[in-house]
Amino acid sequence: MTETITLPAVSLRVIAPAAVLAVTGFVLMLLDLLPPRGRREHLAFVGLAGVVVALVAAVLLWGSEATGFQGMAVLDNLTLFATLVIGYSTGLVLLLSIDYLKRRGMESGEYYILVLFAATGMVIMAGANDLIVVFLGLETMSLALYVLAGFFRTRIEAGEASMKYFLLGAFASGFFLYGIALIYGATGSTNLNKIGAAVTAGASRDPLLLIGFALLLVGFGFKISAVPFHMWTADVYEGAPTSVTAFIATGSKAAAFAALLRLLLVSLRPLQGEWVWLFWVLAVLSMTLGNLVAIAQQNLKRMLAYSSIAHVGYMLVGVVAGGGLGGGSVLFYLLVYTFTTAGAFGVILLLERGGDEAVQIGDTAGLATRHPLAALALAIFLLSLVGIPPTAGFVGKFYLFGAAVRSGYLWLAVIGVLNSAAAAYYYLRVIVSMYMREPEGTPAVIVPSFAGALAVVVALWGVIQLGIFPAPLFDLAQSAVLPLLR
Amino acid sequence: MSSVLSAVTFVPALGALAVFLLPRRAEGLVKVTAFLTSVVAFVASVPLFTGFNASTPDYQFVEQHAWMPTLGISYHLGVDGISLLLVLLTTFLMPLTLLASWHSVERRWKEFAITMLLLETGMLGVFVALDLFLFYIFWEAMLIPMYLIIGIWGGPNRVYAAIKFILYTLVGSLLMLVAILALYFQHGAATGVHTFDLPIVARWVVPGGLGQSLLFLAFALAFAIKVPMWPFHTWLPDAHVEAPTPGSVILAGVLLKMGTYGFLRFCMPLFPQASLAFAPWMFTLAVIGILYGAWVSTVQADIKKLVAYSSVSHLGFVVLGLFTLNQQGMVGGIIQMINHGLSTGALFLIVGMLYERRHTRLIADFGGLWKVVPALSAIFLIVTFSSIGLPGLNGFVGEFLILVGAFQVSRPLAVVATSGIIFAAVYMLWMYQRVIFGEVTREENRRLTDLSVREWAMLVPVLVFIVWIGVYPVSFTGKTEASVSALITQVQTKAAATVAAVGQ
Repeated sequence: MTETITLPAVSLRVIAPAAVLAVTGFVLMLLDLLPPRGRREHLAFVGLAGVVVALVAAVLLWGSEATGFQGMAVLDNLTLFATLVIGYSTGLVLLLSIDYLKRRGMESGEYYILVLFAATGMVIMAGANDLIVVFLGLETMSLALYVLAGFFRTRIEAGEASMKYFLLGAFASGFFLYGIALIYGATGSTNLNKIGAAVTAGASRDPLLLIGFALLLVGFGFKISAVPFHMWTADVYEGAPTSVTAFIATGSKAAAFAALLRLLLVSLRPLQGEWVWLFWVLAVLSMTLGNLVAIAQQNLKRMLAYSSIAHVGYMLVGVVAGGGLGGGSVLFYLLVYTFTTAGAFGVILLLERGGDEAVQIGDTAGLATRHPLAALALAIFLLSLVGIPPTAGFVGKFYLFGAAVRSGYLWLAVIGVLNSAAAAYYYLRVIVSMYMREPEGTPAVIVPSFAGALAVVVALWGVIQLGIFPAPLFDLAQSAVLPLLR
Repeated sequence: MSSVLSAVTFVPALGALAVFLLPRRAEGLVKVTAFLTSVVAFVASVPLFTGFNASTPDYQFVEQHAWMPTLGISYHLGVDGISLLLVLLTTFLMPLTLLASWHSVERRWKEFAITMLLLETGMLGVFVALDLFLFYIFWEAMLIPMYLIIGIWGGPNRVYAAIKFILYTLVGSLLMLVAILALYFQHGAATGVHTFDLPIVARWVVPGGLGQSLLFLAFALAFAIKVPMWPFHTWLPDAHVEAPTPGSVILAGVLLKMGTYGFLRFCMPLFPQASLAFAPWMFTLAVIGILYGAWVSTVQADIKKLVAYSSVSHLGFVVLGLFTLNQQGMVGGIIQMINHGLSTGALFLIVGMLYERRHTRLIADFGGLWKVVPALSAIFLIVTFSSIGLPGLNGFVGEFLILVGAFQVSRPLAVVATSGIIFAAVYMLWMYQRVIFGEVTREENRRLTDLSVREWAMLVPVLVFIVWIGVYPVSFTGKTEASVSALITQVQTKAAATVAAVGQ
């Protein structure tokens, strides 16, 4: 009398990129125990190798459509495109961190391990087909980022950043979880497809469901830092190590946007008429408030924090527009924004004044004379943020606003472009400072760093390549969304 | 398919790359490389003029390559009678401008050369692009070099002027982007062909009424700011006064023409009904600009500011000519764009020469220069006459044609506009008299040196064209006539078709 135990089919292929990142994280934990003590940069390179493998896996798996773990995880082009964005973000952040941590005397293995685990969480979130898994990814990512935000523990701003991020993040997670519970109550499932079926079948009139979705949106709004859920952004961006700021600005947003898009397209499409106005308002608020407050900032990191809020607003324009063009343009913009923002933070992170970090706009005065190439790179990143051709930022906005115009949201596009014009003012102020002003006191200098320079060059390549030949990647981004619209 | 246009457009960009690779210390080499690049671009553009078939309104030297085929975006270049002369004006002015920068630009010559050459590529691209997307790319990309030229190499208040310049232009051009997108999707929905290709879109009749008016206004705002038409002109005096001499020459000579070119290339063929409907408004604004620019010029104490405001007046004439929508007025408008580029460009060059010698531009600081620098004064006189529109010189041809055209459309406005020529004589000659004639009032002015060989080389080519256009304008107007009459026919038939479609 033998009983056969049938194991549930575990298809690792579905979570291959996330698994690669997770395994790399574990390997780093082991390596961290080994000598030589005090030198940890090899961990960064192992981590980088893991990221490259995950990226290659994502490219090889392109086009596959599979679900696994009882439909909780899904491998499709949306997952893979988000993985590409997250992978680029993680890779750039690792490269930027190496010399930066050493200079700040904070080099330790935990940093790289946490980066890898945060990346794992992001990829899980992007490939989640179940609200519980979204939450799992969200928490894996967030917990790692809370610690990373406070990594320079001797600095008081770091403590503030970490604490604020954690407290507000915990609240947002609470909202998120409560939303999941309500939706489960209304539909009897946490699976996105089943929720979608229930919504189509008529559960959409259930107030429980609507409240549940509203609570989920609070959670997402927090992670992407859309107005009015943006309060943490500036303080966290300012207090966190600059490399971590770059990571929070790019990778975590890409993950949250991928999950949000999947939720909206798979589960909530029947309700589009209702939620679209909600996002319309969020987009306008985020663009306008982000840009207006950014004008008043003197600190580069705070300025880029508010600018990131504005950029989220632009991406929400694509969400409002919907369809293959709208969704594709959001994904494309995430990629563009990752290269641009990681590059901009990359240059800022190399900037030092008298041995300390230099993050005031005034610190960049005269940079063009002393470090013409670094100034040129930062100028190109800033122009891409403004949206001046032939940089990627222009093409990204072109697709976003194009999608909005096509779907008939002409006024949203007009508000968007007027915002872009207002935004030009504060980005150009940095260019003015670099090219047209003379430094006062000790001038800030660029610290030579091979890995940092490499990261900046890769980002620069991305910004220019996507600006001049955007078509192939935009087609990929569109093909990541189209299957969900069937 | 020839690639002359690509070559002309991108030679400066390649030159910029070459300069980028040169060492900073080799300033002489940088200057020579930049200058030779601009000369090569000019030489490369001459075959456009000689090989241009003036009997057809079609685009010539056309190049087209797929770029983003899924969106209907292609790399499509071509020139017709409307853009040909502007391309040549650009390539012609650039070497002169670089010569003018030789000593007047005192620092960061390498960066200066790169920016100027990239600016040239941007400007040429605007004139030759036949794809709305490509056009917009060049249109926006060109802003940054100009912004840097004003902001880095400009006068004391340069940062303010640079930011004002870019913000004004951005607001207009971003709204134009929305209009381009709206046009693209409307065209796609109506015809099933999604394309940014200008010749294809221009064949389609945009539905009349409010939609067409809004599209027209979005385009027209961008162009009106660029021209600049009154009341969108306030960035211009700041930009001109603060810009270094080469910046002013290019700004007046070429950049302002992009606005008027935009009206011809985009507003009129794409939105004919709205163009006709708004023509009286444009007419009125143009006449206000003519008078306002002239009056404000009269009271300026700074020569450069005077020339800057005179541009508002002159460009008013150009817009007046274009919106007559008749053959004389439009040909006059086009030729006047070239004239203004030549005369005002030369005026800014001369103002720059005076500034290099005396480090002031105030009229009151000069006086009696004829005795000290007769050659400079004589050329200044010819250019002044050209700017006023003395018969026999280029300015007369353009203004005469424009007024002939305007007279057929609105007699009262044409009469008022004509008074602008008289005011031009007042402010130009009064300024000239105070600067050049009379006794030498200041000791510093006694030791000024006359034109150097380099300065002769800058001014003589301009004088040649000032006289050539004045005496035998047909060499130039002849190139534009076929395109202009085709454009007028297009506007009228399409406007009639729009009205018919609305009437159904």
